[in-house]
Amino acid sequence: MAAVTRGSFSVFRRLLSQQYRRRCFRLQNFRSARVLQPLAFRFDSNLQTFSNRALHCAAVCQGPIVQFKLSDIGEGIMEVTVKEWYVKEGDKVSQFDSICEVQSDKASVTITSRYDGVIRKLYYDVDATALVGKPLVDIETESGSEVIQEEDVVETPAMAREEHTHQEIKGHKTQATPAVRRLAMENNIKLSEVVGTGKDGRILKEDILNFLAKQTGAILPPTPFQEIQTPPPAVTTAAAKPVGAPATIKQLPTTPKPVFTGKDVTEPLKGFHKAMVKTMTAALKIPHFGYCDEVDLSRLVALRSELKAMAESRGVKLSYMPFFIKAASLGLLHFPILNASVDEACQNITYKASHNIGLAMDTSQGLLVPNVKNVQLLSVFEIAQELNRLQTLGGAGQLGTTDLTGGTFTLSNIGSIGGTYAKPVILPPEVAIGALGKIQILPRFDATGQVVRAHIMNVSWSADHRIIDGATMCRFSNLWREYLENPASMVLDLK
Amino acid sequence: MMMSQLRKTLPLLRGGVQWAVSRTCSSLFMDSDSAGLVLQSQCTDVYQNLALEDWIDSNVDLQERSVLLLWRNQPAVVIGRHQNPWAECNLPAMRAAGIPLARRRSGGGTVYHDLGNLNLTFFASKKAYDRKRNLKVVTETLRRLQPGLDVQATDRFDILLNGHYKISGTASRLSRKSSYHHCTLLYAADRSALSAVLRPSCPGIQSNATPSVPSPVVNLKEHAPSLQWEELLGAVAQQYASEFGLSSSSVLVDPSDDSVFPGVDLLAAELRSWDWTFGRTPKFSVKTLLELTDDQLPARRSAQLCMEVKGGRIESCELDVPADWLPERLSGELSGVLVGERFCPHRAAAAVTALLRSESSELHGRLNKLCDAVVAVMG
Repeated sequence: MAAVTRGSFSVFRRLLSQQYRRRCFRLQNFRSARVLQPLAFRFDSNLQTFSNRALHCAAVCQGPIVQFKLSDIGEGIMEVTVKEWYVKEGDKVSQFDSICEVQSDKASVTITSRYDGVIRKLYYDVDATALVGKPLVDIETESGSEVIQEEDVVETPAMAREEHTHQEIKGHKTQATPAVRRLAMENNIKLSEVVGTGKDGRILKEDILNFLAKQTGAILPPTPFQEIQTPPPAVTTAAAKPVGAPATIKQLPTTPKPVFTGKDVTEPLKGFHKAMVKTMTAALKIPHFGYCDEVDLSRLVALRSELKAMAESRGVKLSYMPFFIKAASLGLLHFPILNASVDEACQNITYKASHNIGLAMDTSQGLLVPNVKNVQLLSVFEIAQELNRLQTLGGAGQLGTTDLTGGTFTLSNIGSIGGTYAKPVILPPEVAIGALGKIQILPRFDATGQVVRAHIMNVSWSADHRIIDGATMCRFSNLWREYLENPASMVLDLK
Repeated sequence: MMMSQLRKTLPLLRGGVQWAVSRTCSSLFMDSDSAGLVLQSQCTDVYQNLALEDWIDSNVDLQERSVLLLWRNQPAVVIGRHQNPWAECNLPAMRAAGIPLARRRSGGGTVYHDLGNLNLTFFASKKAYDRKRNLKVVTETLRRLQPGLDVQATDRFDILLNGHYKISGTASRLSRKSSYHHCTLLYAADRSALSAVLRPSCPGIQSNATPSVPSPVVNLKEHAPSLQWEELLGAVAQQYASEFGLSSSSVLVDPSDDSVFPGVDLLAAELRSWDWTFGRTPKFSVKTLLELTDDQLPARRSAQLCMEVKGGRIESCELDVPADWLPERLSGELSGVLVGERFCPHRAAAAVTALLRSESSELHGRLNKLCDAVVAVMG
């Protein structure tokens, strides 16, 4: 590929393979020896220290502790400020891993480790002044590992990134830290056969362990399971819902591959999720009842396809939701109790004047319900505009408190993701909610008794049974359905 | 083979600088004769350009050569590696104006970029790292284009015009064997936009993050009206080439082209992420008074808010609200729900609105006002 990378990479590659060779040589020597005695190494300068350490090793079964000094930064700089630690005491580090970030006179410098080992002591706190030439951290190197003699000490992840880019291009250059390479070698595993799950496809220790587990037939990762679809609830109308073959969850979730740890992970619920727990607990104190129905949207589908181009020319994406929302508002004019609120002790009922209809939105943060204010005053087009604005903000994670509060009635378009019938939960302080299933093309009988293609959508309402009864909900639903099945009738009642 | 073809296509420099479109990166750096290169970015996306800097720093062998990268961005605010964005820039104003925020990897202070600001990045080996020499290239260029122009580089590596107006600021990054030093050059930037965004988002921030040192600024164009942008670029490239002994021509590059710069998109994605831009803020605390208003009460009340923020997330939150205005239980619930969330007005808005649903007492209105006041603190 690019000669720049090839040119410079060959330098790195030569450098890398030298280090790699050194490691292999050292390891083999050490293992064959089996007893701790001074071994013939290529690095004579370390021979004495190593023999001392080797005895030390035997006595306390610990690796030698190396004081890693802050090397010269250049430009005659004698002291720097430690700005961020990437490691803490007890962390395992590999050679070239970043240890900390220091700053000096508008220059930011990354200090990387020379050794593999465990961090035993940090000499400075964040914002402290570190002196060049003085110890920065203590690293307990693994027994048998060796100090790499190199001229220049301050390493960067540049080399690791270099390898990464080559893995992409060449396809056979694998990226793994020296510790992982050694583990693979000890177990006679070819790195090219292991799939890396770390950052940028890096092979982690867990990947090697996973690979081993597979080979020996140990615990398998969780497999996708078959879900048997339960028959639809008895409340459905006579029209047979074609169930077809039992649905199966065939695909693995598209979330990143889970790392195999084999341990349960417990973490506290914080922030937004903690607040949702409170909301839902309050919600289920409300006695819910459900009511479901089927709507024939064939005429609405035709109308929307006519109007879509016109809306787009005005810069607005027109979906079905603006129609559903407007029809709901028209219905609420006749059944204002569905747009009400009760106080905590259920002593007083407040009939809300504005129809602030909320939309359940699935965002990266979770379930957010922004609302369109004063739908009773808006045209279908204006509702579509508002929806576009809320969807853009929701997608960017930028909804504010004004959009998220003040709702009086909610619609949830779960059908856009999937599903037919649902049992939605009322969001306090509201008293009713509707969940819309997906639009399916199903056979139905028309007025003349012929079988025709119909666009059918299911709706599931839930309401607060303390103040709303079944008949009210049913009549509201019928009115809403009529508006949608005959969109022309909406024209008569539009304000 | 490829080399000779390239030599034919790239015209040799004599007088002016010729710009040539690059084919592949290999053709740029394969020329073993060249002691270096001048690159000009065709992209004006701040994240792509910063990613290109990282890419060159990591992937190009700078031991025997030096590289100059010339770039500019659509309006953006760029903070230094260890700075606090809430303290340095006005995030709500930036959001309203559609100005993005980027955190660079070099140290130093906050700057405002727009198309009237030229960025120069000098790449060299660590041994050849010399900021004075780099700035000399800039000052010499300006003096050549406008003889008699009073431009001086200071000890802090700023460039001052007429002794006290800052037209350039500097920052740098040192790695194992390579380094880069970049600086701005105010040619014709929007000064009113600059002063509008470079002010704190929230009151009461206490931190040890690197503070910016504000200075009065001026545009070059105001003091040298005949100076053209293209002329400036060409002259800088030529001065660099003569200072560093290069003979090559300048090359246009596209930092978003992943085939020329493999991996650059991943670098850009990291720079765009919240975790890098906000999550890397050093630990800080916020102490401020919130005004509590109530339509029914004439008197103004206030609440004390104390928050500790680490890694961009709220580590602890204390709300001291007068008990007769709002019971301690409710202000306690609000604090509890904020802990663990990002220090971000939208995340906080989602959390507090969910909490508001579960509280339907008559104090709902006051709790709502308190929530709004707290969210407003976060910028």
